[in-house]
Amino acid sequence: MALHELTAHELADLLARKEVSSVEATESQFARIEAIEEQVDAYLLLTKELALEQARRVDQARARGEALPPLAGVPYALKDVICSNGVRTTCGSRILADFVPPYDATVVERCRQAGLPLLGKTNMDEFAMGSSTENSAFKVTRNPWDLERIPGGSSGGSAAAVAADEAFLALGTDTGGSIRQPASVCGIVGLKPTYGRVSRYGLVAYASSLDQIGPLTKDVRDCALLLQVIAGTDPRDSTAADLPVADYVGSLTGDPRGLRAGVVKELMGEGTEPGVRECVEEAIDVLSGLGVECEEADLPHCEYALPVYYIIAPAECSSNLARYDGVRYGHRTDGPVDDYEDMFAKTRAEGFGPEVRLRITKGTYVLSKGYYDAYYLKALKVRTLIRRDFDRAFERFDLLLSPTSPTVAFRIGERVDDPLAMKMADICTIPVNLAGIPALSVPCGYSDGLPVGLQMMGRPFAEETLLRVGYAYEQQAGFVGAKPPLG
Amino acid sequence: MERVTRDDVAHVAELAHLAVSEEELERLRRELNRILDHFAELQKLDTRDVEPTSHAIPMVNVFREDARQDSLPLEAVLQNAPDRAEEFFRVPRIVEG
Repeated sequence: MALHELTAHELADLLARKEVSSVEATESQFARIEAIEEQVDAYLLLTKELALEQARRVDQARARGEALPPLAGVPYALKDVICSNGVRTTCGSRILADFVPPYDATVVERCRQAGLPLLGKTNMDEFAMGSSTENSAFKVTRNPWDLERIPGGSSGGSAAAVAADEAFLALGTDTGGSIRQPASVCGIVGLKPTYGRVSRYGLVAYASSLDQIGPLTKDVRDCALLLQVIAGTDPRDSTAADLPVADYVGSLTGDPRGLRAGVVKELMGEGTEPGVRECVEEAIDVLSGLGVECEEADLPHCEYALPVYYIIAPAECSSNLARYDGVRYGHRTDGPVDDYEDMFAKTRAEGFGPEVRLRITKGTYVLSKGYYDAYYLKALKVRTLIRRDFDRAFERFDLLLSPTSPTVAFRIGERVDDPLAMKMADICTIPVNLAGIPALSVPCGYSDGLPVGLQMMGRPFAEETLLRVGYAYEQQAGFVGAKPPLG
Repeated sequence: MERVTRDDVAHVAELAHLAVSEEELERLRRELNRILDHFAELQKLDTRDVEPTSHAIPMVNVFREDARQDSLPLEAVLQNAPDRAEEFFRVPRIVEG
């Protein structure tokens, strides 16, 4: 097996035994990227010199006999919505095409301290708004399993990179499903941690009450390892929970016996493709065989999650994106302007893509005088009802199950002119963000040769339970380690 | 339910500081009207005695010590400035006269 085909933990073992160096692994990774990137287009920016320098430092520390963190020397990819000091960060947008952050996000700092070399910044839907990565201002990323299909979104670049062995690990972000759905359609593992489990300092905000950073990996063990690096409180993020971090790797016991799982009826409805339903039902059988008690769960307000999200998320985005005015950073219109307000208006019209302009407009509308109570406040109240459904379900169940995405990857261009169909990609993932709970997507089979993902949802801060069941399932089901047929 | 008009959208675009063409105004107007469809779905639910949820995980009063902390050096702050003059960001005139 080529070096780049290994999982992060397999590489970590080789590094620990000094059978391979981090520089070798990093160079091998870049060789793979050079060979395949033209087809996949996962990256917006590669940071080869920086990565090699970081890899060298880890190798030197190891040679000196220093005790190193578990993932030291394993290179990773970073979604371009997360600030990296001195490394261009565009958020997939023209308005930040030349923006170079003067600081690292907390997660980037943590990865650096854990010894992970940074490979580069991955492609994404502009400002994390989208489900296919087609909204990137720069280019389209292709699904390694079928290059005519989308890799999912908005963390499509990160997902494609991991699936194509162009990164051992990646970080993405998830506001309505943007880690889990790409992971699902690219056949890899993706986790959205509990809201507040990972610091958002340095994450360019889309919807502040929904955004979370999380891992995209080749298997569940890698996911646990990366979560261990990034999880934890942070004085620079007032929404980061001041709660102890569990031993995620320790939770991979392989034994889920006695746990009770609820299969969410409302998320296995008519929109679910037959091939997806079959894979998920087989997965439920595997879980039952492992000793997990599986029954039906009823979360009646799930069907309102989509409208609630498409009122709340645009509202929050309209506030968060108000800062892009051409004053302090980013694009500024260079045409003639009448006054500063004209400068703002032209800058923003030029810098933002059509989907972003639409969501800002929607958000401004629902928050405006006369409509705030009717739309925004109403949506917040229905959000409470959705959360209560989950609270009630978790009295009976330890985890909830559903497909991650109701369909497999669709064709590039297929849903660009059908916004409703595009949004349906997130119908299973969105309720999770509204409730703030954690959720894991694991590969559970194929439909027409394309990957299908199983979503496991857990109680707040119960990532251990998800990882425990996810690991047990993965080891039993046998889909882990499958590689797309790329040249 | 009132349908969103072209003037409604023009007003919202102004609030959002977004320059829009007539063509785009029409596109946005169509999309905004879909919000009303979303709202209609939510209207079915009785939420009279329901508290709104702004944050799913309950946290309150997260404060830090009211003490001076180091921030970014000036050069770092200005390094991405589209137009700067010494330690200032230069912009079109704001104050009249």
